[in-house]
Amino acid sequence: MRPLDLDYMLGLVPVLLKYVPLTLAMASVAMVCALALASLMAIVRVTRVPLLDGFTQVFISFFRGTPLLVQLFLFYYGLPQVFSFLTAINGVTAAIMGLTLHFSAYMAESIRAAIIGVDRSQWEASLSVGMTTPQMMRRIILPQAARIAAPTLVNYFVDIIKSTSLAFTLGVTELMGAAQKEAAGSFLYFEAFILVALIYWVIVEALTVVQRQLEARLGKAHAR
Amino acid sequence: MISVKGLTKRFGTNTVLDAIDLEIEAGERVAVIGPSGTGKSTLLRSLNFLEKPDEGLITVGPVRVDAKTASADEQRAIRRQTSFVFQNYALFANKTARDNIAEGLITVRGWDKAKAHARADEILSTIGLTEKADSYPASLSGGQQQRVGIGRAMAADAELMLIDEPTSALDPEWIDEVLQLLKRVADARQTMLIVTHEMQFARDISDRVLFMDGGRIVEQGPPEVMFTKPKDPRTAAFLRKVL
Repeated sequence: MRPLDLDYMLGLVPVLLKYVPLTLAMASVAMVCALALASLMAIVRVTRVPLLDGFTQVFISFFRGTPLLVQLFLFYYGLPQVFSFLTAINGVTAAIMGLTLHFSAYMAESIRAAIIGVDRSQWEASLSVGMTTPQMMRRIILPQAARIAAPTLVNYFVDIIKSTSLAFTLGVTELMGAAQKEAAGSFLYFEAFILVALIYWVIVEALTVVQRQLEARLGKAHAR
Repeated sequence: MISVKGLTKRFGTNTVLDAIDLEIEAGERVAVIGPSGTGKSTLLRSLNFLEKPDEGLITVGPVRVDAKTASADEQRAIRRQTSFVFQNYALFANKTARDNIAEGLITVRGWDKAKAHARADEILSTIGLTEKADSYPASLSGGQQQRVGIGRAMAADAELMLIDEPTSALDPEWIDEVLQLLKRVADARQTMLIVTHEMQFARDISDRVLFMDGGRIVEQGPPEVMFTKPKDPRTAAFLRKVL
C-alpha cells in the first residue's frame, strides 16, 4: 500500500471547488424544471385529462424504463443527427434536459401519489365553495401534497445532484469531469476520486439541513 | 326562493333520491330527519353538486340548472349559491382559521385580500374565535373547527346554507357551542336546509321538518305538528325510537 499524497489532495481542493457552482446550477435548474413538469403530469394523471393522460403514461414509462446514460447520449449525440436544429445544443443544456425529463418521470409518480393522499374532504370543501379545479389544485391540494411528497422529492434532488456527474460523458467539465482531467494528468486517481466523492457527500449532507427546515415549514399547519 | 323538481340520484341500481320535489322560501329554516341511509345527506350533497344528480331541475335564487345537462360552469354557479357545512368540518388543512373563511371570498369571488380578511375577522368575532384567527385546523378542538366551518359558510353569503349533520362527529362536550351558533345563524333568518339527529334542536330552530325514508320525503310540516302528531306511521315509528 502506498501512502496518500495529502499535499496533492489539499492542492486539488480549490481546483475542484471551482466546479461546484456549475454542478449545483445544473442540478437546481433540472430540479425546478422537473418539478414543474412532474406537477403538470401528476395533475393530468389524477384528473384524467383525455389524450394527455395516455401520452403522459407513455412518457413516464419510457423515461423510467430506460437508463439515464442512454437518454443523455440520445439527446446529445443522437437527436442532432436527426433534427439538425439540435446541433447547436451544448453539453450542459443536453444534460439539464436529460436530467429534467428523466427525473420528472419519477417525480410525477410521487406527486401523483401525494395528491391522491390528500384527504377527500379537502377536495369536497374546495368544490363546495365554488372553486374551479385549477384553483382547488393550486390553493388547497398541491400545497398539502407538497408536504406529503417533500421527503421523496428531496431524495430525487440528491439523486439529480449526483447524476450531474454523468454530464462529463457529454464532454462537460463539471465536478466529475474536472476530477477526471486532474487525475489523468497526475495519475493519482485515488486521491482525485476520493476527494470528488467527499465533495458530493458534503453537498448532499448540507442539503439534509435544508430538507429539515423545509419539512418543518411545510408541517407548520399540522403541528398540534 | 329555492325550488327542486324531480331530483333523482342513483348509485348503480340503487335509487337514493327518488324524484324529490321541494320548495323553500327565502329565510325559511328546514330540518331534515329520518333513519340512516335514507338519502338525507345525498339530498344536500346533490343540491351542491358534490354528488351529481341524475335528473332534476334545481333553482336557487337566480340560478336554474337542469341536473342532467349541468355544465361545470352551471355546477359552480349553483355552488356559489349554496354554502355547505360538513359533518367532518372539512376545513382547509393548510389554511388558518381566518384564511379558511376568507379563501372563497378571494378565490371564488375575487375580493382583494385585505377586504376578505376584514370580513373574515368580523365573522371570527361573531363565532367567538377571534383569538384563534391564526390557528391552523389541526390545533383547534372539534367544536372550534365546526364553528370555523360554519363561519366559512357564512362568508359565502349564499342563498341557501346546506348543513350536513353538523354535530355527529363531535365529542358531546362540543355539541352545545355548535348548536348555539347555528341557532344564531338561524335567528338571522339565513335560509337553511339542515340534516340533523338532534331532534330538540330541529324542533327549536326549524320552520318546517321533513321526514325522509327510502329516498322520498314521506311527510313534512311545522315542527310542533311533526313531533307531536305525525300522520305517517313511519314518521311516528322513527320518532318513537329517537325521542
